[in-house]
Amino acid sequence: MPNVIDCTKLSFRYNGVHALKDFSLSVKQGEVVALLGPNGAGKTTSIRVLNGLLTPESGAINVLGFDPRQDGAKIRAQTGVLTETPALYERLTARQNLSFFGSLSGMSKQEVDDRSKTLLDVFNLQQRSGDRVETFSKGMKQRLALVRALLHDPELLFLDEPTSDLDPEAAKQVQDLILEVSGHENRTVILCTHRLYEAEQLCDRVAIMKNGRVAAAGTLDELRAHVFPMLQVNFRTTGKADAELAGILSQMPGANEVKVQGDGEICLVVDSEDRIPAMVNALVNARAAIRAVEPRRATLEDIYLRLQHAGEEKL
Amino acid sequence: MKWKNVFTIAKKDWIEVRQNKYAMVAMLIVPAIFVIIMPLVFTLLIPSLDVAPQDVISSDADIQFFVERMPLALRQYIDFGKPMESMIVIMLGFMLAPMFLIMPLMFATTIAAESFAGERERKTIESLLYTPATDADLLIGKVTASAIPSILVAWIGFAVYTLILNLAPYRFFQRIWFPLPTWWPLIFWITPALVAIGISLTVIISARVQNFLGAYQTSASVVLLVVLLFTGQMSGVLYLSVGVEMVLGAVFWIIALVMAYFGFKTFNRGALLTGKS
Repeated sequence: MPNVIDCTKLSFRYNGVHALKDFSLSVKQGEVVALLGPNGAGKTTSIRVLNGLLTPESGAINVLGFDPRQDGAKIRAQTGVLTETPALYERLTARQNLSFFGSLSGMSKQEVDDRSKTLLDVFNLQQRSGDRVETFSKGMKQRLALVRALLHDPELLFLDEPTSDLDPEAAKQVQDLILEVSGHENRTVILCTHRLYEAEQLCDRVAIMKNGRVAAAGTLDELRAHVFPMLQVNFRTTGKADAELAGILSQMPGANEVKVQGDGEICLVVDSEDRIPAMVNALVNARAAIRAVEPRRATLEDIYLRLQHAGEEKL
Repeated sequence: MKWKNVFTIAKKDWIEVRQNKYAMVAMLIVPAIFVIIMPLVFTLLIPSLDVAPQDVISSDADIQFFVERMPLALRQYIDFGKPMESMIVIMLGFMLAPMFLIMPLMFATTIAAESFAGERERKTIESLLYTPATDADLLIGKVTASAIPSILVAWIGFAVYTLILNLAPYRFFQRIWFPLPTWWPLIFWITPALVAIGISLTVIISARVQNFLGAYQTSASVVLLVVLLFTGQMSGVLYLSVGVEMVLGAVFWIIALVMAYFGFKTFNRGALLTGKS
């Protein structure tokens, strides 16, 4: 698949402060990529730069085959953006909003009507389409904003904190809809979020941002292998003293940081899952009764926190 | 630039302004005062009171001064032998003329402030900036949204004013006396220039202030130009004859073009987002 986004060492400053600094990212067509990072990490700024709203001071950039610095309008014709706030015209009805944005996207009236009807049905807003947006709940506004972003069937979809302001039920609805729209085979989705679970559930790859740059990017397994190359394993045993079993385990190849947690629980890290069968054998030979062996893989949260509090690494 | 985008943006802005009750009330009160209430007061109410029109003129030092200093070219439109007629011509035909310009200016600055700074205040500007519309589409669309209704309101207001000024005091004049020749350049030459100044100033200011009120209050200061014209005329310094109006209009157009140039230069997506140009 070709890359739809390719940017290298982009920099942008607001009032002299770097919002992006050496920001580099490549995204292939059809991928769903999460941009993770704390407030001020540069997620929203990167979306603005990629769509040609802000001009980077330096760096190379290509989005859908165009440079946003010269061809922002051509890029925006093929992208859809769900902004952090729904940013809808509250005094207009849902249909008037869609008609306005559809027209600016180059759609004919008939196309806007047909597509609006389909999407409003899917997003369960058809019955309220003639009502002013100011009468909508937050969840409805967010759904309508998503309809607006999808109206012209964009190749590249940017979703900026799509569920940050929603209650759990409305957030779940929006997440389900995102899962549905990202299933479109050629559509690429960039999802900016604080919700790590959301990124884990919805995205193929994750780019973790820190201080305006991508600190690490890859699939969860790639990030895990890079940031947490060791695997934590808990052994729960009975029948033998913990200290004795810990001593046996610490002699095994690949075992590190062996700790007795007490009450028959021993915790260690290994360099590979393949080491575990030999360790189980050693414990069985020592006549320990093994109740459970629990390899614990690093979660996205572990990786995220490690990267935010440590140096930067690039995959 | 795509004209379809320009008119789509203009139409949306106008629908939004119409839905804003406060803006609409503010915009309708001024035309109502200048176009309907004041003409009716001078043509129906005052004549029905037991006041001699020559007393109205002679009792006010400002009005008397205004009449005494009036150039011959303008005095020819006043028949001093007919007190009621002359009072109406002086008040509604000459003295009120500069104030008539306030109406389109208010429309222009209100809609433009609502359209540029108002969008940023309501945070809708970002979704608009993410559309394929170019900077030129956005600027011309929003300028169109402000300019067309402002000029139209001036022209329609002028038509209604003409109707009232000829019908209401018909018993005194017994003829169609309005518009005076001085009104044509005022409405069709000076008004569009002032509207252009008001909008250009709002565009420049809107890139720097964060909300509607800030933009509106600053850009509405263009009304000072009208007040200057009014006081200039009242103090006998500057009478709005056809010649003076043509020159004034040309000066206003030059100012408008220079400001429009700076407005166009400073207008870009980044400035609208970050408040810096």
